[in-house]
Amino acid sequence: MSTTARNPGPQIVHKRGRDSVSNWRLIDRLALYACWAVGIGLCTVAAALIGYMCFRGIQYMDLSLLVTNPAVGASQADSGGFLSPIIGTFLLTLIGTVIALPFAVGAAIWIVEYGRPSWLARAVESAIEVVAGTPSIVLAIFGLLLFSGSIFEPLSFAADNGAVVGKSFLTAGAMMSLIAVPLIFTSTREALMQIPAQVREASYALGKTKWATIRRVLIPSVRPGIFTGTALGMGRIAGDTAIVVVLLGATLTLEPQGDIPLIKTLRGSGSTLTSYVYNNSPAGEGNAPQKAYAAAFVLLILILILNFGIDKLARRSKKESV
Amino acid sequence: MERSVKDAGGGQSPAAKMEKRAEYSLGALSSLTLVLIAAMVIYVLSKGWPSFAHNGLSWFGSSGNVDQQLSEIFNSPANPKYYVYKIGTWPLLYATLLTTGLAVLIGIVVATLAAVFIVEFAPESVKRIVSPVIRMLAAVPSVIYGLIGILVLVPFVGNEIVSGGRKQSVAGVVQLSGASLIVAVVILTIMICPIMIAIVADALRAVPRGWTEGATALGANRWRVMWTVSVRAARPAIIAAAVIAAARAIGEGIMLAMVSGSVGFAPNPLDGLTFWFEPLRPYAATIVDNAEGLSVKPFGQTMYAIASVLLITALALSLGGAAAKRPLRKYGVRL
Repeated sequence: MSTTARNPGPQIVHKRGRDSVSNWRLIDRLALYACWAVGIGLCTVAAALIGYMCFRGIQYMDLSLLVTNPAVGASQADSGGFLSPIIGTFLLTLIGTVIALPFAVGAAIWIVEYGRPSWLARAVESAIEVVAGTPSIVLAIFGLLLFSGSIFEPLSFAADNGAVVGKSFLTAGAMMSLIAVPLIFTSTREALMQIPAQVREASYALGKTKWATIRRVLIPSVRPGIFTGTALGMGRIAGDTAIVVVLLGATLTLEPQGDIPLIKTLRGSGSTLTSYVYNNSPAGEGNAPQKAYAAAFVLLILILILNFGIDKLARRSKKESV
Repeated sequence: MERSVKDAGGGQSPAAKMEKRAEYSLGALSSLTLVLIAAMVIYVLSKGWPSFAHNGLSWFGSSGNVDQQLSEIFNSPANPKYYVYKIGTWPLLYATLLTTGLAVLIGIVVATLAAVFIVEFAPESVKRIVSPVIRMLAAVPSVIYGLIGILVLVPFVGNEIVSGGRKQSVAGVVQLSGASLIVAVVILTIMICPIMIAIVADALRAVPRGWTEGATALGANRWRVMWTVSVRAARPAIIAAAVIAAARAIGEGIMLAMVSGSVGFAPNPLDGLTFWFEPLRPYAATIVDNAEGLSVKPFGQTMYAIASVLLITALALSLGGAAAKRPLRKYGVRL
């Protein structure tokens, strides 16, 4: 024992010094600098992006734009604002979420809590992954093909020659829901898997059935997870352009079809902020960059709120409940 | 409800009946996804089939100016007998491969370095900034990337970087407006990086501590530990990230339709630097650009043929990405 005490080991280590970067080989140091450069570079890109959008947005933003409808106009001064695109964005996000939510949560519950037969469960999981990887433009034109079928006429409207157009808030919302499903599904599944088995066992021990356990115990405790997934899904829906351009018709204003209030709007075509930005960029027909910047600014704020604000809210409510 | 329970009878209590019903209805609901995928593949493929059938394998080949062929298809005579289908989509396929391939290649390097930075080198305060920043980059909609591309980068490249002489040198073949391969690749890389970083960083965090501590004990410095142990263990994640990012990149239509120039032109690497400034148009952007013409029958069928290529590629990539992630389960990583 006494020999160990006199062991000069620590002193040797001390002589070599701490692992400081200046002792590294040149190539290792270069790699470290590359890491820093990439990290700072990404932040710079993001800051430039947000900074520029805010600068342009505030420059061209005018509160009157928020409350006037788009109009056909020769110059940017008289082409109106983007009230109906904002309504369109909210409406479409709402429809997409309402369809996606029960579906995704139900699928996640089935996979985690039942999952029998297991081959079917695996297939469903892969299928949801495939849906997540499917380009939205493909979803869009698939939706157009599907909803042009005559049995789907109630969802959209018929053209003058009797052919079903397939373009409406309902059809676009149905396809939009597919974009949100994988996100809600994944976060619900992860949340369910994090619930310890004891929680379920305790509920069974109290005489609750499995279904009652799911409804009364599991769903309330995964609510923050569902919430986060839904917020992300809503952000994705609000940000998608391809489906709007193809399936919503991307008309300037809301074009209701039929006479029943509310339903006529849902069956009609319209536009959203994304299609408004697209159409007013030099790539589209409107070509009013100032309007496009202002609308993109509103859209960006909306998306950032959906991604960060709601997440924070969910986390706070989770903390309170714990 | 009361009645159906009585009818089913069979000695089961109503509660057990209810249980079964809940399980089956949830299972049926979930299985709808399979029906949806099948319907999507069948519908889109069968709608696009005439375009493949008329061209055979030369559908993927190069046979003249693809934009001209598209407009000939669009202006087909009304009589179904004389529909025009002839098309060789090589320039579009090439553009898709070029943009996706370059963006994913650059993305792999950037994402790996960024993930190493976030997991290992960034001080806590920096980490608190970088992580939300990357999430934010992933959340920005593609139309905003496209808007910045077309209003800022494209004019910048067109006016400042591409010289008049360079424009003259290819004036007979193609116009260099600034909407170009380089702008498309740069923005696409920024768009796909966040997804890749998230996957790679999750895998790096999941590398067992014992492995990295072992390497540290053997005298490796922090970079060596990351590079020789962690990054190597996370290789399946890097591959999975590349595959999933590729699926995202081939399907990106809106942004590319805005910044790529929308010309069915195949940039020629032999042009040297000019190659990077030549316009192009990938598959997805072609569909976005031509969404108005879907109701013209032969033209619509051509678009659905393109969509079916995209759909099947995306399907293969998604399943491939899932397969590539499987080895990571042994570390308990579920992505």
